[in-house]
Amino acid sequence: MNPSLIQAIPLSGQVINLCAALMLLLGFAMLSQRRILALINLFMMQGVVLFVSTLVVALTTNQHHLLWSAGLTLVLKVIALPYILHRLIRRLSVKWDIETLFNIPTTMLVGIVLVVIAFNVAQPISQMSGTITRSTIGIALACVLLAFLMLITRSKAVPQVVAFLAMENGLFFAATSATYGMPMVVELGIALDVMVGMVILGVFFFQIRQQFDSLDIRHMERFKDK
Amino acid sequence: MIELACVLSIPFVTALLLGLFGHRRGAAELNSAGSLFTLLAAGMLTIRVIRDGPMTLFDEQFFVDPLNVFLIALTAFVGLTTSLFSRPYMRVEHDHGRLSAGRLRLYHSMFQMFMCTMLVALSTNNLGILWVAMETATLTTVLLVALYRTPASLEAAWKYFILCGVGIAQALFGTILIYFAAERVLGHEGGALLWTHLDAVKDQLEPTVLSLAFVFLFIGYGTKTGLVPLHNWLPDAHAEGPTPVSAVLSGLLLNVALYAIIRSKVLVDGALESHFAGNLMIGFGLLTVVVPAFYLSRQKDIKRLFGYSSIEHMGLITFAFGMGGPVASYAGLLHMTVHSLTKSAIFFAVGHAAQMAGTQIIDDIKGLLRQSPTIGWGLMLGTLAILGMPPFGVFTSEFMILTTAIKHYPWATPILLTALGVAFAAMFGMVQGMVFGKPTVRPLPHNPALLPVFAHLGLVLMLGVWIPPYLADWYRQAAKFIG
Repeated sequence: MNPSLIQAIPLSGQVINLCAALMLLLGFAMLSQRRILALINLFMMQGVVLFVSTLVVALTTNQHHLLWSAGLTLVLKVIALPYILHRLIRRLSVKWDIETLFNIPTTMLVGIVLVVIAFNVAQPISQMSGTITRSTIGIALACVLLAFLMLITRSKAVPQVVAFLAMENGLFFAATSATYGMPMVVELGIALDVMVGMVILGVFFFQIRQQFDSLDIRHMERFKDK
Repeated sequence: MIELACVLSIPFVTALLLGLFGHRRGAAELNSAGSLFTLLAAGMLTIRVIRDGPMTLFDEQFFVDPLNVFLIALTAFVGLTTSLFSRPYMRVEHDHGRLSAGRLRLYHSMFQMFMCTMLVALSTNNLGILWVAMETATLTTVLLVALYRTPASLEAAWKYFILCGVGIAQALFGTILIYFAAERVLGHEGGALLWTHLDAVKDQLEPTVLSLAFVFLFIGYGTKTGLVPLHNWLPDAHAEGPTPVSAVLSGLLLNVALYAIIRSKVLVDGALESHFAGNLMIGFGLLTVVVPAFYLSRQKDIKRLFGYSSIEHMGLITFAFGMGGPVASYAGLLHMTVHSLTKSAIFFAVGHAAQMAGTQIIDDIKGLLRQSPTIGWGLMLGTLAILGMPPFGVFTSEFMILTTAIKHYPWATPILLTALGVAFAAMFGMVQGMVFGKPTVRPLPHNPALLPVFAHLGLVLMLGVWIPPYLADWYRQAAKFIG
């Protein structure tokens, strides 16, 4: 690439773009990761990337409330949620579980198609946005869609929940990149919901395992409409 | 101001109290008392709004106008009757050993919490808070659906959580997009998520962003409303949870989700100057009327049957609001009211019927009329009402929807009529079999609470014959508001 072009983007912008690329990469990595433990670690890394990018945006644009939301990301997505998940899988003794996945290459190809769609959908929005992060809106939407794909291709309870949380990561990223974040009261509410939801699901895991002897959602398909 | 504070804080405080004492004697009475006071506060709020007109409260974070105050009153009313019904119902469940004291505490506490989240969702002015309240409502009902901890109820709750969680994540993206569009007009500090502010500048909002936002919001809150093809969670959740929960899910939660869609539609219509949102709602509304109609005849479980019927009615209401205009919106609001009253009455009767028979399988419930005439007639009349028989109110609203459809969308009329006919044939036959014939059901150990059933049906009958002028006025104002 032309060196002058690189210089045209300020350092903070480059860091944010790097973070966006990492988010997308981690999204794909989660899509193809079979080990539950590694999946949770990937989720934690996504949280770290999200934290860094929010922090950089906050510092370069002087949006003070973004510092709070960066802190929230750090506490919730890098520390609390992975910790709860780690504890859960240890207590459920599914730490080393490996999931058989439906045809990984096909899933990846579908994922690429989703990314293309996301970029197309986000283009008109990026053009209108005035934030330094506008080029990442497409990536944020792509992360949401990839997490969605992961949710429907997984059959076990824990990966489904990780997918659900990854989707929330993508949404959070979208909010920071399109508008420098939502109002604080909303972000707090969302964080609270995620936290409470996680605790409820933790209780659920035990119930499900007790009733079905497994955390495989496929075992409970009795109710499909014939 | 004090009225709204009461409406929101009474259920919250009651939920906390019940969280502590919900397993003791008198918890059911406390539950009803909390609901009664909520209703009283909602009534005062309504009088206030009728007298003083719309207002914003608490730093503009909350607001009441003709549209939401009527839903708040309805929610508080059905909340009260459901709590009255749940008293004997839960006592029987406890006697049968299906619920321990701890579960009862969870049930009572979550019931009030659920009411609280719905009332917040209805009265908030902030689209972000609306989202948060909807998500909290999902979480509380997930716990309620899984109350029995049977494999089937766990599956239903899991499905409910995942489907609605995914759906509502889409709605969050839609909300972010609205914020994005609004921030450019209102600025960072200007309350860019406050509905009243958005409504004031809606014609300046970027049309492409808003239409995209509406698609996401529609998918999101549509999942919660039970619109086809994202309706799968609804019959399971209705069948597996305790019956009072089915009643409030059908009667109230679906309305609240629809309310969120309507609010978004008003903004998008203002920004777009086209009928994009309406067309989307007409399309999915029709699909949602037709598909469940054909599922009805295959149902074996009575609560699933009425769950599918709720989906169908939600489709009809979505269709009505999609058409828009004073008559259709009026009919949509009326249908929201009569559906929530009728459907919860039906669930009350069904709950007792299932307890008498010890099963929810339609074929195993027979001869309700001879064993308990009041439950039998309650179920029969409720079913006739929900199927749109005159003189009940459902007939009035369906008639208005159909006549508007004939005028503006003639092609949709045969589709609607076919679906309604199929639904009638399927449901009437099944309920007839349950009500008449030789009894297989036993009497209940406790006196059932039948006042709620007949109070609801009486109101539906009244709305079919005569709508009080102030109520009609109120509907008209709200309909004008929706446009």
